[in-house]
Amino acid sequence: MSDASVNPAVNPGAARPALNPAMNPVYRKRLLRHRIGIVLSVLAMGIGLAVLLWILATLLIKGLGGLSISMFTHDTLAPGSADGGLRNAIVGSLMMVGLSTLVSTPIGIMAGIYLAEYGESNKFAQVTRFVTDIMLSAPSIVIGLFVYALYVAQSHHFSGYAGTIALSLIAVPVVVRTTDNMLRLVPNSLLEAAFALGAPRWKVAMMVRLRAVNAGIVTGVLLALARIAGETAPLLFTALNNQFFSTDMNAPLANMPVVIYLYAMSPYDDWRALAWGGALLVTFSVLLLNILSRTVFRQKTPS
Amino acid sequence: MSAHSSVAISQLAESGAADAAAQAEYAALRSTMRTQRIQDFFFHKITLVFAGSVLLVLLGIIVSLAIGAAPAFKAFGPGFITTVEWDPVNEQFGAAIAIVGTLATSFIALLIAFPISFGIALFLTEICPVWLRRPMGTAVELLAGVPSIIYGMWGFFVFAPLFADHVQPLLKSTLGNLPIIGQLFSGPIMGIGILSAGLILAVMIIPFISSVMRDVFEVVPQVLKESAYGLGCTKWEVVRKIVLPYTRTGVVGGVMLGLGRALGETMAVTFMIGNANKLSWSLFAAGNSISSTLANEFAEAATPLHVSSLFALALILFAITFVVLSAAKLMLAGMSRKEGTK
Repeated sequence: MSDASVNPAVNPGAARPALNPAMNPVYRKRLLRHRIGIVLSVLAMGIGLAVLLWILATLLIKGLGGLSISMFTHDTLAPGSADGGLRNAIVGSLMMVGLSTLVSTPIGIMAGIYLAEYGESNKFAQVTRFVTDIMLSAPSIVIGLFVYALYVAQSHHFSGYAGTIALSLIAVPVVVRTTDNMLRLVPNSLLEAAFALGAPRWKVAMMVRLRAVNAGIVTGVLLALARIAGETAPLLFTALNNQFFSTDMNAPLANMPVVIYLYAMSPYDDWRALAWGGALLVTFSVLLLNILSRTVFRQKTPS
Repeated sequence: MSAHSSVAISQLAESGAADAAAQAEYAALRSTMRTQRIQDFFFHKITLVFAGSVLLVLLGIIVSLAIGAAPAFKAFGPGFITTVEWDPVNEQFGAAIAIVGTLATSFIALLIAFPISFGIALFLTEICPVWLRRPMGTAVELLAGVPSIIYGMWGFFVFAPLFADHVQPLLKSTLGNLPIIGQLFSGPIMGIGILSAGLILAVMIIPFISSVMRDVFEVVPQVLKESAYGLGCTKWEVVRKIVLPYTRTGVVGGVMLGLGRALGETMAVTFMIGNANKLSWSLFAAGNSISSTLANEFAEAATPLHVSSLFALALILFAITFVVLSAAKLMLAGMSRKEGTK
């Protein structure tokens, strides 16, 4: 064993001994290994940050060129036409994502309340919690296929509603999970105080427990929103795409992710520029939602 | 209503004289409590229905995929899984190419993502100054927020050309000359292919694995670490010999979670893998994964057998991810029990 009293790892204030050959060889080897480990760890963090910055920089460089007023005011056009835009896709995406949020929020919150209220020692709730966690990471394309089999194949046409269903199925587990987690943060004493006043369980759950974690629930909804805003795979065979402006949810609906996908894969330069512009728009809104949910609506543990 | 009942109770206690009034109050209280019990009953059942709907969706997915896949399994038998052929023109379908593509890309992704995620988790829990932890952690988690399709575009238009120009020739001239693994790094240099898809997947799953690792590293009791430091261990030794063994199940759970994500990832892989229905030993070659096959062919599948074969692929994918994610979940559940006993 080396002399522990001069070990710099536990005593960062002390001057680092140089790796001189006169040092105890065992200690010298350990110190070397420690330093290599630390350097590799910092390097790994560097790689992570570098990739993030690289992607964001790419989006800014390639996307700012495509970003213009006409992107918001014109519809998608045939390649070569001067001022194509993404208006129909933006509107379609907003409609589908908005409706999905409206549908999945109450469902997710109610299911989350069930898990938190009755899920302590109940087999059914435990299974539900387990399944929710799996659905959270389930392949989104399989969910798209499910909605295709369930809705599109039955109604014989692609539609905005089908896309909305697919997105809701992806959003619900996110809301359930955060609601459940947040509700379980509420201290028991608060609930017991409410019960002692004679409040029935539903009132305690809805008006005391749920209210105590308002911000946390908003976080969950925002995270779900961020998750579905960029989802492409489940929309490929549910909402499909629409070249023209349409607000008819019962017909194929243009949406940002699919348009970006089709345009990025196309051989036309102006379409690709639009795709990069759209990608910039989608990514930065999603990241903004992510940051918002982590900062502004951060749940402080109620006490 | 709660205010009403509490008033009723206090009045009940005081009213020794007015017996009749007390009786009336008591009856009112009982009826209030009965209404509340009924309300609670419905509250329980309604929330139960919503929670049950999640289960119902899972069952619905399995059932509808199985129904869709049935004709394909009937036509090709269980050999569907091992058949190396995917020929929509001649109506011959086998899942082996897509399954191998999915597993190969995910495996490459894990191989690269695991050490990097470990490094990031180590940095965030042990090395990083406290004030920098939150922003750094958030930055890594933002990687998980970037939509899959953006990774695909970035990979295809930015990463792949650089990879083909600088990295692939290097790999080919060094690792490509080794006796056995050499053929993995041979073949045409295109920038896209199995290896590139695996690399992009690695970046995509790093935030998931590293955030799980960071969480389980924080579970390690401070006393254990301090004892090790007290014995003169270096920071690296503490992490390697105390933290990692203590959190082994949690770390494996995190890796499995990342694997589950990688298996089902669609858009980025569709961009990067090259979409060729053939099997090759070369990692540079284009291939196909289950999810990319679905994304490319489902909308254009014309014959019922083709559609059914795609459903069969989806069923296989869902089964694999289900098993992997369940394993991850069970391992992490074991970890959180440890947290409880801290």
